[in-house]
Amino acid sequence: MASFKPTRIPSYPKLGEKVTQDTLYWKNYKTPIQIKEFGAVTTIDFSPLSPYNCAVTASTRIHIYGPYSQEPVKTFTRFKDTAYSGTFRSDGQLLVAGSEDSVVRLFDVSGRVALRQFCGHSKAVHVTNFTSDRFRIFSGSDDYTCRLWDIPNSVELVTYSEHTDYVRCGTTSKLNPDLFVTGSYDHTIKVFDARTDKSVMTMDHSQPVESVLLFPSEGLLVSAGGRYVKVWDLLKGGQALVSLKNHHKTVTSLCLSSSGQRLLSGSLDRHVKVYNTTTYKVVHNFDYAASILSVALAPEDAVLVVGMTNGILSVKHRKSPEEKTEALSKRRRPAYRVFVKGRNYAPKQDDFLVSKPVKTHLKKYDKQLKGFQVSKALDTVLEPWIRMKTPEVTVAVMQELNRRGTLKNALAGRDEKGLSVLLSFLISNVVDPRFAPVLVNVAEMILDIYTQVVGQSPVVDKQIIKLQELIEREIDLQQELVEVLGMLDTLFATMTTKKEVAAPEGRANGVPATGAQGQSLQAS
Amino acid sequence: MVEHSEIRVVRCGGSKINFREPLITLDSKFLLCASGDSVKVYSTSTEECIHILQGHTDLVTGIVLNPANHLQVYSCSLDGTVRLWDYTDGILIKTLSIGYKITALFLSKKHEGVLFVIIPMASDTDAEAFQLVAVHLPSSAGQEVEARELSSVLTDVSAMPRATSFGRGGDYIASAKGLQLSVYFFRKQKTFRFFLKATDKKGAKNSFTCVCCHPKDDCIATGHEDGKIRLWRNFNQKKEYTYSTQHWHHDAVSALSFTPEGMNLLSGGIESVLVLWRYGAETKDLLPRLGAAIEHISVSPDGTLYCTSHSDNKITIINSNLKVSAVIQGLVKGEDVKTDLMIDPRTKALVLNGKPGHLQFYSLHHDKQLYNLDIVQQEYIHQSGLEQSDVVKAALHAHGVWLATIEERREKALDLETILKLWAYNEQTQSFELNTNISSPHDDRVTAMCFSPSADGTLLVTAGKDGHFKAWQLAEDWDSHREGLSWSCDFVGSYHHLRPTNCCFSADGSLLAVSFQEIITVWSPDSWELLLTLCQPPGDIRDLCFGRLSCSKYLLGTTSKNLLCCWNLLTCSLEWSTTVDVTVLQDDPLSENIAAFSHAQGNTDLFVFKPSEPRPLYSQKAVCSGKVHRAVFAPRESPLESCEAGSQWLNRSQLYFVTEHMDLMTFSTKSEDDMIIASSKQLVIDDSVAVTPFYLLLGKHRQQEKPSSLTNQMAARVQLPQGSTAIRELLHTPAHVLPSASLLCAMFVSSLLISNSAIREVSEPKEEEMESEAEEDQDSEEEMDSRDSRPVLTAQSSVGELAPTLSKAQERELRKMRKTDYSWLSGALHP
Repeated sequence: MASFKPTRIPSYPKLGEKVTQDTLYWKNYKTPIQIKEFGAVTTIDFSPLSPYNCAVTASTRIHIYGPYSQEPVKTFTRFKDTAYSGTFRSDGQLLVAGSEDSVVRLFDVSGRVALRQFCGHSKAVHVTNFTSDRFRIFSGSDDYTCRLWDIPNSVELVTYSEHTDYVRCGTTSKLNPDLFVTGSYDHTIKVFDARTDKSVMTMDHSQPVESVLLFPSEGLLVSAGGRYVKVWDLLKGGQALVSLKNHHKTVTSLCLSSSGQRLLSGSLDRHVKVYNTTTYKVVHNFDYAASILSVALAPEDAVLVVGMTNGILSVKHRKSPEEKTEALSKRRRPAYRVFVKGRNYAPKQDDFLVSKPVKTHLKKYDKQLKGFQVSKALDTVLEPWIRMKTPEVTVAVMQELNRRGTLKNALAGRDEKGLSVLLSFLISNVVDPRFAPVLVNVAEMILDIYTQVVGQSPVVDKQIIKLQELIEREIDLQQELVEVLGMLDTLFATMTTKKEVAAPEGRANGVPATGAQGQSLQAS
Repeated sequence: MVEHSEIRVVRCGGSKINFREPLITLDSKFLLCASGDSVKVYSTSTEECIHILQGHTDLVTGIVLNPANHLQVYSCSLDGTVRLWDYTDGILIKTLSIGYKITALFLSKKHEGVLFVIIPMASDTDAEAFQLVAVHLPSSAGQEVEARELSSVLTDVSAMPRATSFGRGGDYIASAKGLQLSVYFFRKQKTFRFFLKATDKKGAKNSFTCVCCHPKDDCIATGHEDGKIRLWRNFNQKKEYTYSTQHWHHDAVSALSFTPEGMNLLSGGIESVLVLWRYGAETKDLLPRLGAAIEHISVSPDGTLYCTSHSDNKITIINSNLKVSAVIQGLVKGEDVKTDLMIDPRTKALVLNGKPGHLQFYSLHHDKQLYNLDIVQQEYIHQSGLEQSDVVKAALHAHGVWLATIEERREKALDLETILKLWAYNEQTQSFELNTNISSPHDDRVTAMCFSPSADGTLLVTAGKDGHFKAWQLAEDWDSHREGLSWSCDFVGSYHHLRPTNCCFSADGSLLAVSFQEIITVWSPDSWELLLTLCQPPGDIRDLCFGRLSCSKYLLGTTSKNLLCCWNLLTCSLEWSTTVDVTVLQDDPLSENIAAFSHAQGNTDLFVFKPSEPRPLYSQKAVCSGKVHRAVFAPRESPLESCEAGSQWLNRSQLYFVTEHMDLMTFSTKSEDDMIIASSKQLVIDDSVAVTPFYLLLGKHRQQEKPSSLTNQMAARVQLPQGSTAIRELLHTPAHVLPSASLLCAMFVSSLLISNSAIREVSEPKEEEMESEAEEDQDSEEEMDSRDSRPVLTAQSSVGELAPTLSKAQERELRKMRKTDYSWLSGALHP
């Protein structure tokens, strides 16, 4: 005698992106905080010191935000024109910024007025940075030059005018105080050594360079320009390592995760992509509302800040691990001893053992199916929490009823409320390709059974009309799809004939279209 | 022509055991059931078959216990004889020939010396009309007796035994047919007939199906087509009879039975639920999910066991508290073997579809079902007219690691549900576990499925009516939530939108042949490149088969236009072809041989050939009547050493096939028959003990001893009782009077060995020839034996039955013994 076999709920493949370690990590951010700035956010820089304040350069101001406040803790407003590239020094005390008015200004973070003003550039300065010895500032300008300034004496040290177009990005080496890299709209990236008066290395990006980034080891250099992100090996004399083309608009900003294992790139196509720096594959993708100009990650990846062209700053904080455990511990489970109760009881020698049959727990609908209560079983699976959360259970029970030949009995004899529940379930699921074969059958049966009551209830009539519209739309869609398929078939057919000519070893018998498709996939 | 007289077709087990009601003996130890033209005796506790009572020449149609002697049983058969058997020893006692086809047999204690049998009205026709006749047993004592004294009791009765029943210890007999119930009272010699109205709302649905009479009360229970059970009372008069109706079954009641005291009524039907009605009360108990439709119910004479036989060739033994205690399962036979016959490489069992939605693994060597694998995994709804999903295709991987099954359910012309399931063998649980479930692998029916035979590659190819063939490959699960491997589609191929009919891998898995209607395409499974096409019109390709070993360059195919073709794959040309209507083409996995069953003039012929040789190795005309659709080569456990050219093809594997009537047949050589006869002679089993695996182990041991014991039976007979009484006395003496156990032990052990010591000495020379390597052991044994024989001799001397001659060793022992004091023993033996 076999026991009752419960209804088999088919498991459908999960649609959409697959869940990896990376997606879990990058999805573990809270909902973003949106802060409206006065203009496009061009630069975001995190202070290297705790509490990791963040300098946001937008329009003619630089705001400094604390880690959790939505209001700026400090604002620098002494710019006559648009400010660019507000950057902290490695001790977090000083801040440098360029400006449209070609002046480079140096601020004390606690002060208000500029400590130094470096004048010498003839056009807007889009890039400024401190060298790693903290005493010099490097700047790049639209006058094709880049200069090095001395902070204590407030004098210009060197001028390099090797670029032939705007210098819009650059970075300084953290290991060598004399090295810095610039990227220009003349498609080149140049590495300068302050001890010589010439560039020491030049790389051709073949697009206007928008951003450059050095890896922590400083053996690799990443540049972004056009739709490409390129990685260069500096130790091999600037050999191109990888070229990534994952955005469909200009990449504007680059950023490394704190571990150095992931590279983030923001683009005008409103995406931030996360790359694995060993395989250079995209592992995650963030979507934003507007084109992205700047991306920055706080140390420990605690905060992800993205600045956009519409002046909105989006701040995402990482979920703290405590919150996660809290959510889990909310559900109280029975104590451990409940499960082990009587488990390790050893019977005495002359005890007579009465074996107890293992009780199998059946779901409610299975119990009802076991007792042939078909209508009740259908009612059970049409409860809101089942039909909303797990429609596959509802559909599986419907299929089981159909197999038993009792689906019609179960569907019949429903009042207005019951019928409208059934119809709303159909409306939300009938076009789902996973459920369509079963639900189309159900819909037919319902129409068969309830034809005579049509017109008696406005609620039901409305739903039936809605269902009809839905199905008509679906039919149109399917027709279009078949047309597309036909077009593709012709394309494949033309490809196959070409192949036949190329391959002399005799496909005279004619390889079919699908076969050719499979082969080409195999080959690729 | 090839000499083949020594090969014959034999029926190979798996016969029906649910044809007629099983019978439980008075002590509830044995269960007897009709099985083909023999009666099988099973043990109710161990489910093992103990005896097969063979002697009838046609289907056995009934078994009844002899009311005069409960160790004897009557059986009747369509061959027109009633035979009396002693079922404990399996001996035929008497044969009573009646001369008509007997379809049922009834006996009653009240009517001693009379058999009631149902025979056709006219002996020469196979007409529908049957009659119940009384046969008076002739008093002659001979083994073969003819009984011609027939007297008709009831005419126009149903041929089925369940429609007739004795009532109240044999006072009357009730029989039902159609809408009529007839009751014959023996005392009054009068028949009453009761009719039901044919138009009981739903037409003629209330016709009788079975009848059962209450053993103590005047009450007849009848089962009906519409699922009702009627209890008839007061039927000894024409007018004032009454009946009450009970209704639970939704389909026809197929079996009814009262318990011996009449307390309960058991009923069963297609629902496969055993219903236990309390007689005289409204309550009932149910035992659901017995597996398949109940066909017969019987109750043991002491009422402790119920027994139901089911449509899936199964007998279930149920305790009186409605718990299943044992299941005797035969080979499940549907109307058709939908899956091919396969051999499981692991268990060497025959695999085919059994119960609906199951695959059965059937051991050919033990004629026993090993296990059932539930493929569909759905609750089976026992209801007639319901479309059920069933396994239609199955394939086993060469090492038995993977099993692929296709189940199908077709409700309407358009609605087709197909599921491809792949099962992995789990070493720990020793069974197949579901690995991958692919719903609708093809848009239409799957026509063929095969695994790649290469050892490492796990590749499955399915061909569907939708014009594609698909290759499925084992790959890392793309869904990272789950661990492990699963199957996914690797390649979809088609050829000019033709319909693939069959597919086949070459023996090494390097080539795949897929037949598309008239054309055979050969593909390379590595690159999925179309290598060549072969065509031999007219007619669609039916079967495909690659040659093996030395003939691996050949590809064989049969077409629907009666052509058997052999292509050479190296030259890509047709090697030879003949016009034969081949229904099955089966290759032997262990040799080059290929068997072809062909159908001609209502009979099936067999040809066994090598693709490279023009003449068949073996051919036999008229193997069986009707078409053969399934056949398989099963490797033998140990190869035969047959030297005749004609039967060499059977040396390493055996050919099984299934006839139109679902009989499993095989080919047997002469040497094999000799072996079977020899082994059956050896197997003399102690009938009082049920055959258990443990007993078989012991029994084998005993058989080894037997030949030696035969040589000196006399000595054994004289000595054994002596030794045993000594032991008994010893055991019955109170423990506190006996000496310490260490003293007694040696004596006790030696007394057990008595018979052997005497025997060994005589049979020794023979044994030495056979087992020279065991000589040393024997010597030591001999020493021990002679040492141990001491107490025996004392016992013998005390009784005074000393063996006339004594060997030197024995004399020495005797002398030694005189010195030891055994006075305590004589005291113990004769207190």
